[in-house]
Amino acid sequence: MALTPDEVRSIAHLARLGVDDDTVTEMAAELSSVLALVEQLNSVDTTGVEPMAHPDSVQLRLRADIVSEENRREALQRPAPSSQDGFFLVPRVVE
Amino acid sequence: MSSELHQLTLAGMQQAMQSGDASSRELTMSCLQRINALNPTLNAMLLVDEDGALASADAADAVRAAGDAGALTGLPMAHKDIFCTEGLPTTCASRMLENFVAPYDATVTTRLKEAGMVMVAKANMDEFAMGSSNENSYFGAVGNPWNADYVPGGSSGGSAAAVAARMVPAATATDTGGSIRQPAAFCGITGIKPTYGRVSRYGMIAFASSLDQGGVVATTAEDCALMLGAMCGFDERDSTSSDRAVPDFSDSLNQSIKGLRIGLPEEYFGDGLDAQVADAVQAGIKELEALGASVTSIKLPNQHLCIPAYYVIAPAEASSNLSRFDGVRFGHRCENPVDLEDLYKRSRQEGFGAEVVRRILIGTYTLSAGYYDAYYKKAQQIRRLISNDFDTAFESVDVILGPTTPSPAFKRGEKSDDPVAMYLNDLYTVSANLSGLPGLSMPCGFANDMPVGMQVVGQAFDEARILAVAHQFQQATDWHSKMPAAV
Repeated sequence: MALTPDEVRSIAHLARLGVDDDTVTEMAAELSSVLALVEQLNSVDTTGVEPMAHPDSVQLRLRADIVSEENRREALQRPAPSSQDGFFLVPRVVE
Repeated sequence: MSSELHQLTLAGMQQAMQSGDASSRELTMSCLQRINALNPTLNAMLLVDEDGALASADAADAVRAAGDAGALTGLPMAHKDIFCTEGLPTTCASRMLENFVAPYDATVTTRLKEAGMVMVAKANMDEFAMGSSNENSYFGAVGNPWNADYVPGGSSGGSAAAVAARMVPAATATDTGGSIRQPAAFCGITGIKPTYGRVSRYGMIAFASSLDQGGVVATTAEDCALMLGAMCGFDERDSTSSDRAVPDFSDSLNQSIKGLRIGLPEEYFGDGLDAQVADAVQAGIKELEALGASVTSIKLPNQHLCIPAYYVIAPAEASSNLSRFDGVRFGHRCENPVDLEDLYKRSRQEGFGAEVVRRILIGTYTLSAGYYDAYYKKAQQIRRLISNDFDTAFESVDVILGPTTPSPAFKRGEKSDDPVAMYLNDLYTVSANLSGLPGLSMPCGFANDMPVGMQVVGQAFDEARILAVAHQFQQATDWHSKMPAAV
């Protein structure tokens, strides 16, 4: 499955990743070679096989709906590039 | 003696402290000096916390003087820079987190700190754990202590190189597709990835959540058992954490392997396996037979689909996990974003290296509308088949053995132009991540003067057995005690 530069741009947009025009062709070639590698998956008939999302040992646990973590907003917000009064700041979204 | 203290194993250092021959401070100083001397060449460590380490060492010596020392008290170590360490940079070797100071400790960090270990440094790695050569670090490649022109493997290349060079006796590491076992093999040391769910992933920066596991690299299985024991165990903060009881891995190291049934997958010994690696592994197998184990050939019919399945699933999960790096709450932010979309796109473009971008794009594509069934769902079905192959195999054998990697360490730059060639390094390791099984690599010889590793894969939660196999092997051989002459 060979990807075109335009397809790479669409995928990059979905991932909110900027791509430069001077690298997009090379990226398309590299991604296409990875997709060629994974084409082999189609060599096996998997009709009726239950998909495996994680090892069988994982069971989703439930716990009581009570507060168990302390509020550490100040410490946890310290790594933010831009914040104020407990809010994260971003370029204006609403006009 | 003091100048050679860094050469001791964890067990050796324990004894030195218990007998009063060395203090934690002296051991720690020896490691710090060793790091100072070798890190300019090897680039194994990203951050050295000399003050913090000496403070911890002194505290450990005080605990020992009070008679309260535990098995790990005062032992120096390093953390792969993927584990959050409160108040210290935790970068994942990425520009994205270059200035990120962790606001909390990972559970692994907390547990080893409470056990009294002394963290000396944060180890270099492939960016966001994506790589097999430690050439993908934003802070520069890591050298293999056996020959600095060669790669140490990845993604835990810094951890493995540091241990092989005796900068520290042991280090934490993580393994998503082989990132503990493959660098352990390339660097001639021992590394273990436990069963999925054994080690808490809280505070361990996520790459692929259904595959990632924290583990240990050290020079011996005995040391791995010691440290892994303190890392394992239920953590309510990790929703995938197993509540299975953790046995004392050190207690069972000497369990006899007479009558142990070892399975050798035919698929591991076919084309693509370097002849010298095959010879070293076959010699290792003979050693295990001499110790009383019996060896049979087994089949893992879907082995050839492991790499394709992994390179759909891992990038897909990565694309999801790395979407949190958007320049808003933490990490790199671009200058003067004109709008929100520009903020996201440029912050991410600037923050991520080429391999990370590749994997995010592959993952995004395979999860996108119209392609999800053909790629992601298909890969998950193949994952089920791969896991079933192991279940079938374990009906007739106790452990599975083979080479850890198809070839020994390669020269820096040799595979960095061809992503697919790089991915093939993981040929024998990804299946343990896909199925969640524990895997260990131990040194068993050399190929072209570079180390060769042999891998043992066990049944779920059977770390004790694979550690015992490795320990028995290491009682009968001395590959694990060889040190690189180059450093």
